[in-house]
Amino acid sequence: MRNPQLNDKGELQHLLTIEGLPRETLIHILDTATSFVGVTAREVKKVPLLRGKSVFNLFFEPSTRTRTTFEIAAKRLSADVINLNIAISSHTKGETLLDTVDNLSAMHADMFVVRHAQSGAPHLIASHVASHLHVINAGDGRHAHPTQGLLDLYTIRHYKKDFTRLSVAIVGDVLHSRVARSLIHALTLMGTPDLRVIGPMTLIPAGVEKLGVTVFHDLERGLRDVDVVVMLRLQSERMRGALLPSAQEFFKYYGLTPEKLALAKPDAIVMHPGPLNRGVEIDSAVADGAQAVILPQVTFGIAVRMAVMSILAGN
Amino acid sequence: MTLVLPDPEVLCAALVRELQPHVTADTALVGIHTGGVWLAERLHAALGIVLPLGLLDISFYRDDFDKTGLHPQIKPTQIPFEVDARHIVLVDDVLYTGRTVRGAMNELFDYGRPASISLAVLIDRGGRELPVAARYVGARLDVPRGHMLVLDRDENGKLRLKLDA
Repeated sequence: MRNPQLNDKGELQHLLTIEGLPRETLIHILDTATSFVGVTAREVKKVPLLRGKSVFNLFFEPSTRTRTTFEIAAKRLSADVINLNIAISSHTKGETLLDTVDNLSAMHADMFVVRHAQSGAPHLIASHVASHLHVINAGDGRHAHPTQGLLDLYTIRHYKKDFTRLSVAIVGDVLHSRVARSLIHALTLMGTPDLRVIGPMTLIPAGVEKLGVTVFHDLERGLRDVDVVVMLRLQSERMRGALLPSAQEFFKYYGLTPEKLALAKPDAIVMHPGPLNRGVEIDSAVADGAQAVILPQVTFGIAVRMAVMSILAGN
Repeated sequence: MTLVLPDPEVLCAALVRELQPHVTADTALVGIHTGGVWLAERLHAALGIVLPLGLLDISFYRDDFDKTGLHPQIKPTQIPFEVDARHIVLVDDVLYTGRTVRGAMNELFDYGRPASISLAVLIDRGGRELPVAARYVGARLDVPRGHMLVLDRDENGKLRLKLDA
């Protein structure tokens, strides 16, 4: 079957998931992002690449950070950005997803950035729109969040250079995490030899080992000698039923404290996709400590999204 | 076709002689990737320029992005000095349509307002599509349309001109 993200020439037309992308495509995105990091550091933080193009942010699910970074990325490429918070507009009036998309296409959109609570919604939009349009998945259900996976990849490459000798631990609510899924695919593709997921039985999806990861239920064992610790947010709003006794108990067993971080390599970095739940999955002393690279992740995220948007728009 | 290509090493030395009388403390060199950077590295050393060398990749400023998309290999632009009030010499290997120079000037202005920008090239091959002229020229050469003239560098760092049909 043809990869729905690629056009007839095998170029990236949409970014829906990292799964199934060629390794070269990932490297191209990361390398291009490096050049955009330079752009965002200068006096005029703008390049004219997407001048005259319209980027529509379609957020069917609330998000501040991701929507803002996509908006900044598009504006720094000189595109016009239209933010639609559909959770509180046409959706509630009963319009279907594809009718919404058709209406926006009639307003001459060039690119849709889509976040949706339903896995597969961006894919549905991508298979529906005209061939000159581009769709970026900004998080769909539990499925994927490819730009987050890419910015995590960028951050790891920035601090650790070589993926082929790294131990990476992903900690916490893996079950509900599209961030974890995208990052696991990305790191596997880059040849990371030791990938671990750490969390309570109830928050680790069954069969996750098939993705090439080792499962740990004991944080202290799992963190031993890792180079990178990726903390996931405890997604309490996604909780259905009693997966956890309490946030306090979660912190006791799975919260990252300085003592537990000391089990990792001395130069290990700590990442988090945000927003932070201090005292739930991460201790403030770690979140604000010297090993945390959580704020650089945000900065790199803009450059990575600029890279993705400009590569798509040029294909 | 038989076209005798000049030796870039000789042209480079001629450019140094041409540029030398105009170099001041406020002169900055900016090479355009990739051939222009090789040439600019040579000129920068030979002219004893104090300000660090600037490097420009104009991929984000190209006017054919809609037709050709993003260049597959973009190198970071580095302007390690204040652009304001500086006399900048843009350096490129081959001057042809003038579109690259247009992009380079646009990019430089996103760093500040230079006192002046002039252009130094190894070869001016004609065929201009924009009102762009080089102040310092190694050689003028008539290269027919459809041919690609580029600067090449071998593993010993020696420069060579290459003509591709």
